[in-house]
Amino acid sequence: MIPRYLLWRLVQVVPAVAGILVVAFVAVHTAPGDPVLALAGEHGDAAYYAFIRAKFGLDRPLPEQLVVYAGRVVSGDLGLSFVHGRPVAAVIAERLPATILLIGTALAVSTTIGVALGVLAARRAGQPSDLVLRTAALLAHAMPSFWLAQMAAITLAVGTGWFPVQGLTNARHAFTGWRYALDVLHHLALPALVLAASELALTTRLTRTGVLDALATDYVRTARAKGLPEQGVVRHALRNALLPVVTVVGSRAGLVVTGAVLVETVFAWPGLGQLLLSSVQTRDVPVLLGLFLLASLTVIVANLVTDLAYAWLDPRIRYE
Amino acid sequence: MLRTPGGAVGLGLTLVLIALALLADTLAPTDPFASVAQPLSPPSRSHAFGTDDLGRDVLAGTIHGARTSLLVVGSVTVLAAIIGVAVGAVAGYRAGVVDDVLMRATDFVLIVPRFFLAVVVIALFGAGMDRLILVLGLTSWPAIARVVRAQTLSLVRREFVDAARALGATDTRVLLRHVVPGALPAALVVISINAAGVILLEAGLSFIGLGDPSRMSWGYLANNAQRFLRVAWWVALFPGVAIALAVLGLNLLGDALNDLLDPRASRWP
Repeated sequence: MIPRYLLWRLVQVVPAVAGILVVAFVAVHTAPGDPVLALAGEHGDAAYYAFIRAKFGLDRPLPEQLVVYAGRVVSGDLGLSFVHGRPVAAVIAERLPATILLIGTALAVSTTIGVALGVLAARRAGQPSDLVLRTAALLAHAMPSFWLAQMAAITLAVGTGWFPVQGLTNARHAFTGWRYALDVLHHLALPALVLAASELALTTRLTRTGVLDALATDYVRTARAKGLPEQGVVRHALRNALLPVVTVVGSRAGLVVTGAVLVETVFAWPGLGQLLLSSVQTRDVPVLLGLFLLASLTVIVANLVTDLAYAWLDPRIRYE
Repeated sequence: MLRTPGGAVGLGLTLVLIALALLADTLAPTDPFASVAQPLSPPSRSHAFGTDDLGRDVLAGTIHGARTSLLVVGSVTVLAAIIGVAVGAVAGYRAGVVDDVLMRATDFVLIVPRFFLAVVVIALFGAGMDRLILVLGLTSWPAIARVVRAQTLSLVRREFVDAARALGATDTRVLLRHVVPGALPAALVVISINAAGVILLEAGLSFIGLGDPSRMSWGYLANNAQRFLRVAWWVALFPGVAIALAVLGLNLLGDALNDLLDPRASRWP
């Protein structure tokens, strides 16, 4: 029963979100420094301190403060940025599109090319290609994303001049229309390819193994015996072959977001990475907390989507 | 383990990392923060990896960076292994409600984005080795717990565990003497793969300027290199190569351990 599984899986999101909120709350409350002193200054009298304490609800018991905090966050109120003086949610929302563009492009590239290469490698299964793939996957996973980004910037941007070194658009020309889109694409290419690299190697390997395993099953033999053309057979097999790909890509959401943030700082891509870097330098805690909550939510949603995709691909999963 | 080329390379790289960390003061006796030559001089005979913008030797920095990296990875790994083995063994041994609760907790910690949590903690508590190790250690154990639990579930059904119980061994003794040693080899695979991830995390955090400022680290060097990508490729190249080799070594070591334990199933699909 799909609805039942869906419902059960949705219910599981609640404790996960609650847990993340508790972690954020505990981190803030165990940190050194008294918020009352920060707000009221060190020379206030006891009555003024009590006033401030009451005004911001700091005199309430901790569990009550936690509930108030959780309620605010759930309703989208992440507090004010120390530096920007504006709501954290607005500051983050401003930077979000650039990061989504980067991650979306990278995942689209790594998944389509990875699956295609994986199918190709499976159909020509042999030792040399396997060794190349395995080595590529190992190397791609060992290289820090920021370093790969720096190397790409040094060689392909600074060295050859083929790509811009940084930014989202050309600062010297304000393009409009399709030329603007091309300009963004030109700037996007390097960061997206760097981010895609480590996922690409993994997706290719997973697809290759998945297809090889699926091609060895009885239902594929039946399909062949029925006289299904080879292309149809592969399409048949691919659905099951993609199960591990879906699982692994979904489980790497946190790593992909972290990678994106680091790659962004190298290419000065105006997304969440730049925001994180500037907030680290100014110790803008509300923004950093907001980014932590957003990253957590991304992981939770990615896990949810992964499980639902899995259930859709493999009907055996839809248990009670 | 040395029979496969991957295992030999992995063990070799890991040993080199440990040797660099232990012998850093002998191999690079000068202070890695000291200015020793012209700023931004390219690799030469006297300074094989060149120098950075303050004339600091990149080779010395890379060698001393190994020490910082190993210190973080080692401490985080010990902490994560203790928690992971304890949680996994108790969950698998006790079963029932205890198992449910511990595994729910494990699933939860697995979704916490470690990098972003570490950023928040360091921003709140200030930069420092201790808090970095604590926050990464407290969040890096779930994979270990899962493997140890699975091992424990199969071990508690074995005759030697029954025999120990029949002889009157307490639960603690059964766990520590019979279950944990049996689960450890499989745990080692996850522990080494985990350690590789921690190296990357630590490097990423130092790269955005959240490392311990009093210690030379690979991420710090890479961060410093960022401003000179156009003029000094060597400042960026070498620390990154060191990180990649350290991570590669631990991953290969994990793979080789895995093949050794279960030659049929490769960790890599």
